[in-house]
Amino acid sequence: MPGITREEVAHLARLARLELKSEELDHFAGQLDDIIGAVARVSEVADQDVPPTSHPLPLTNVMRADEVRPSLTPEQALSGAPAQEQQRFKVPQILGED
Amino acid sequence: MTDSTIIKLTAAEIAGKIASGELTAVEVTEAHLARIDAVDEKVHAFLHVDREGALAQARAVDEKRAKGEKLGPLAGVPLALKDIFTTLGVPTTVGSKILEGWIPPYDATLVKRLKAADVVILGKTNMDEFAMGSSTENSAYGPTGNPWDLTRIPGGSGGGSSAALASYEAPLAIGTDTGGSIRQPAAVTGTVGVKPTYGAVSRYGMVAFSSSLDQGGPCARTVLDAALLHEAIAGHDPLDSTSIDAPVPPVVEAARNGSVAGMRVGVVKQFRGEGYQAGVVQRFDESVELLKSLGAEIVELDCPTFDLALSAYYLIAPSECSSNLARFDAMRYGLRVGDDGTKSAEEVTALTREAGFGDEVKRRIILGTYALSSGYYDAYYGSAQKVRTLITREFEQAFEQVDVIVSPTTPTTAFPIGERADDPMAMYLADLCTIPTNLAGNAAMSLPCGLAPEDGLPVGLQIIAPAMKDDRLYKVGAAVEAAFVEKWGHPLLEEAPSL
Amino acid sequence: MTVTELLSYDAALAAYDPVMGLEVHVELGTKTKMFCGCSTELGADANSQTCPTCLGLPGSLPVVNAIGVESAVKIGLALNCEIAEWCRFARKNYFYPDMPKNFQTSQYDEPIAFNGYLDVQLEDGEIFRVEIERAHMEEDTGKSTHIGGATGRIHGASHSLLDYNRAGIPLIEIVTKPIEGAGERAPEVAKAYVAELRELIRALGVSEARMDKGQMRCDVNLSLRPHGTTVFGTRSETKNVNSLRSVERAARFEIQRHAAVLQSGGTIVQETRHFHEDDGSTTSGRIKDNAEDYRYFPEPDLVPVAPSRAWVEELRAGLPELPRVRRNRLREEWGVSEHDMQSILNAGAVDLIVATTDAGAPADQARKWWMGELARSANEAGVSLDELAITPAQVARVSALVASGDLNDKLARQVIEGVLAGEGDPDEVVEKRGLKVVSDEGALGTAVDEAIASNAAIADKIRGGKVAAVGALVGAVMKATRGQADAARVKELILERLGVSEG
Ligand SMILES: [Mg+2]
Ligand SMILES: [Zn+2]
Repeated sequence: MPGITREEVAHLARLARLELKSEELDHFAGQLDDIIGAVARVSEVADQDVPPTSHPLPLTNVMRADEVRPSLTPEQALSGAPAQEQQRFKVPQILGED
Repeated sequence: MTDSTIIKLTAAEIAGKIASGELTAVEVTEAHLARIDAVDEKVHAFLHVDREGALAQARAVDEKRAKGEKLGPLAGVPLALKDIFTTLGVPTTVGSKILEGWIPPYDATLVKRLKAADVVILGKTNMDEFAMGSSTENSAYGPTGNPWDLTRIPGGSGGGSSAALASYEAPLAIGTDTGGSIRQPAAVTGTVGVKPTYGAVSRYGMVAFSSSLDQGGPCARTVLDAALLHEAIAGHDPLDSTSIDAPVPPVVEAARNGSVAGMRVGVVKQFRGEGYQAGVVQRFDESVELLKSLGAEIVELDCPTFDLALSAYYLIAPSECSSNLARFDAMRYGLRVGDDGTKSAEEVTALTREAGFGDEVKRRIILGTYALSSGYYDAYYGSAQKVRTLITREFEQAFEQVDVIVSPTTPTTAFPIGERADDPMAMYLADLCTIPTNLAGNAAMSLPCGLAPEDGLPVGLQIIAPAMKDDRLYKVGAAVEAAFVEKWGHPLLEEAPSL
Repeated sequence: MTVTELLSYDAALAAYDPVMGLEVHVELGTKTKMFCGCSTELGADANSQTCPTCLGLPGSLPVVNAIGVESAVKIGLALNCEIAEWCRFARKNYFYPDMPKNFQTSQYDEPIAFNGYLDVQLEDGEIFRVEIERAHMEEDTGKSTHIGGATGRIHGASHSLLDYNRAGIPLIEIVTKPIEGAGERAPEVAKAYVAELRELIRALGVSEARMDKGQMRCDVNLSLRPHGTTVFGTRSETKNVNSLRSVERAARFEIQRHAAVLQSGGTIVQETRHFHEDDGSTTSGRIKDNAEDYRYFPEPDLVPVAPSRAWVEELRAGLPELPRVRRNRLREEWGVSEHDMQSILNAGAVDLIVATTDAGAPADQARKWWMGELARSANEAGVSLDELAITPAQVARVSALVASGDLNDKLARQVIEGVLAGEGDPDEVVEKRGLKVVSDEGALGTAVDEAIASNAAIADKIRGGKVAAVGALVGAVMKATRGQADAARVKELILERLGVSEG
């Protein structure tokens, strides 16, 4: 299995929205390389014809009736907001589209 | 009754004395608050003590009793709550800077149940940030000390809860166990901790680390106390889709009727060898002998895929956490860094996450992002899920031959604070014996089985039962506990140095 | 605005075959959101319909809305899809402030419905089969308002405000397979498909599918390939094309734009594009590079959905008549042409006419009122027909009053005007405005006699056999009775008095 490079860590950090410092990139790259080297052992079973388990319980079809339940008040909803305006969450300018 | 006597009572004893009028809930609460005042500066089990809330709850219990209302089996008993459960109006940080000062607008289902059971919540306990860790050193608010030796770790991630029990700050505590975070702290502090069957305790309001592995559970100083708490918090919750819709196994009854006579007890070959401390293995072997002497039949088991459990865990848990923790983006709640009017939302999110998350959290987010990314998914996440299937099958085969499995809870006793702080792989080994259970979703308990001769620190015995057979843990645990207490002449915790 | 090079439509089609893919998002009309019990009612105060789950608060968990799943199965069945025996939700991971968890709970490789088709009827009656790839369940995002920019758009905004009332509203995403072979009719097929889908969704009762309210949104993916080739060209994805007309225009514009780029030796960039209602153009959005990695994985907070075959068959049995089938049946019943039926459809009058006939009016009358007087009123008021303040039952009543001779057409129009103005039921309006036809033969006779007396010359002409001149006398009587007489009866009386018989 391939190891993990500093550049890959930088790419992953961007995907995960982490503004890592330069020294962190080096530090994590080394550690993650070790960890991935160790955990890559799971691929020993890659060829085995067994279904993946994504969930420990064999439950299906857990659903709720389409009935309205009380919402939070707007005050409660906004109570943790770092900033608010007009009863809305105020956030810095959004880049991109839509 | 003096405060120092009150704090050493078990939860069952406290509830009995409150019900009989020998003690009031307020007296009991005040005694524990006083204990926290006296020792928590040293132990640092609590992140937040809710003095007013606790006393108000205690007064309500006393009023109920005065009015002749029926009290529940844990009415008036103080409890230390891991700071991973949301509490209406009471700060919830999950041990992270990113949630510093956050006051949730809702109670977790487990918290609602505790309140309904008239349990007195003393406050919120310290933990590894987002429950990621095995030492509580990853808390953004500083480490917790192990009451047996304050320079050592109390286990993790629920080190605050285990330390609160071992230092007599609370007779009951709540933990959560994703890879061993209830059992491993219990083992290294000489207390009892249970990870119930996955789905037994609602996860609604429990801040998610790894959704398919996380499970809340009871922590206590005795098996019976753990059972009483288990019964109070377990049961179906329609707000949690993964909650089991079936009656809670009769855990209290089992704890009151401890026995192993005629039971088949499995010992898994893979739970020993390299990395296991001699004194831990010695106490474990003695425990197996004890079980035999109590009438159990010991069966040797081979579960080869258990050797891959740690690897599978360190792919699955980080993958899920990388997604679960994406919501901490500085937009709706929690920390916001760098919003100086010139930066975009995207930049503010990245700066906030950089400043708000600690190293271990970042490490796991990156690892999980990697394991889920296209091109790697099949090799990592996909294979890890196959390992999960194989481990589940090995457990199923094992439980065709045995009623319960036993193992050491941890390969070593409590290690010194700082020793493994920057060696993630060494840290991860602390969960070697506990992780297979989380992957399979079945139930397990840790209880004290003595002190390691070489360092005089507690060793934990792990008991594992099939899913939905949580009562077996208590039946076996109660028998083992009674036998040890008889052998030692007192509970193990009595040997801990006084703080 | 940058001028985009376009090739003429004919020239584009002479060289290339268009291949389209249409992705339609439908907001379901459930009472509550997909994963929590918050109301989906439109128009509520900002952030008043939110809870820990749809705000993505730490610790919150989703629980699936049963009607959301049922609606998805119904849509899948109506689109002739296979329904999964077992499927899951997945997390689509990407950061965006309008998405509270920074992942969308959606379906990925296990959609609830797949492999279907929808037959759509083009304006000339031709049927075109659009193959359906999949229909899957997901959730909507919150709504952002951009503050400080010149146009309220994202560019130049200093900050944004977020309202999460919409976050978590159930969406069904319906994706077609590549639509090939439509040739020059591709834009028309696109429009007809979206129109048909909208009718279908409404007929199923799972959503109002109002495009103007964002309840139905369409993305148009388009690529061109030279005639005679089979490999698809690079596609563009025009997002949020939100009216039927726009769907057609967007497809047409992209065909012409792609053709211009390709003919000049350029290459098409895989990107998203924005559609502009004002001039029907599209402009470049975000380049789709490989950095986009949604890291899908099965949603661990939800358990699989496994619709039992018995339940699926029960839902199949309960499906309503499909819109195209129903439309053709009604067209025959009403005896109208394809063209007229299309107009009725475009006006959104089908159901109103049906309801009016159900209330007792003859079909031709119902059609006449809805497509005439009422269509005009709606047009003037800038509202849709179903938003007018008149019910099919009231229209049927007006029609009945005309049939019984109590009203003539002119009076009936005044009655309708009164109903629309909120003056009450047709009978109340008749009463209040005094709009009954004058049927008192005595009063009418007097008016007729007066008209004959004061128009002696015309009366003579009629007597002399010029029956056509009777109109002038009828007009005089109608004027004298302020329109409240039955013109046919008036004519009869005049001819009777003058001793002339018609034809
Ligand atoms: Mg989608
Ligand atoms: Zn909600």
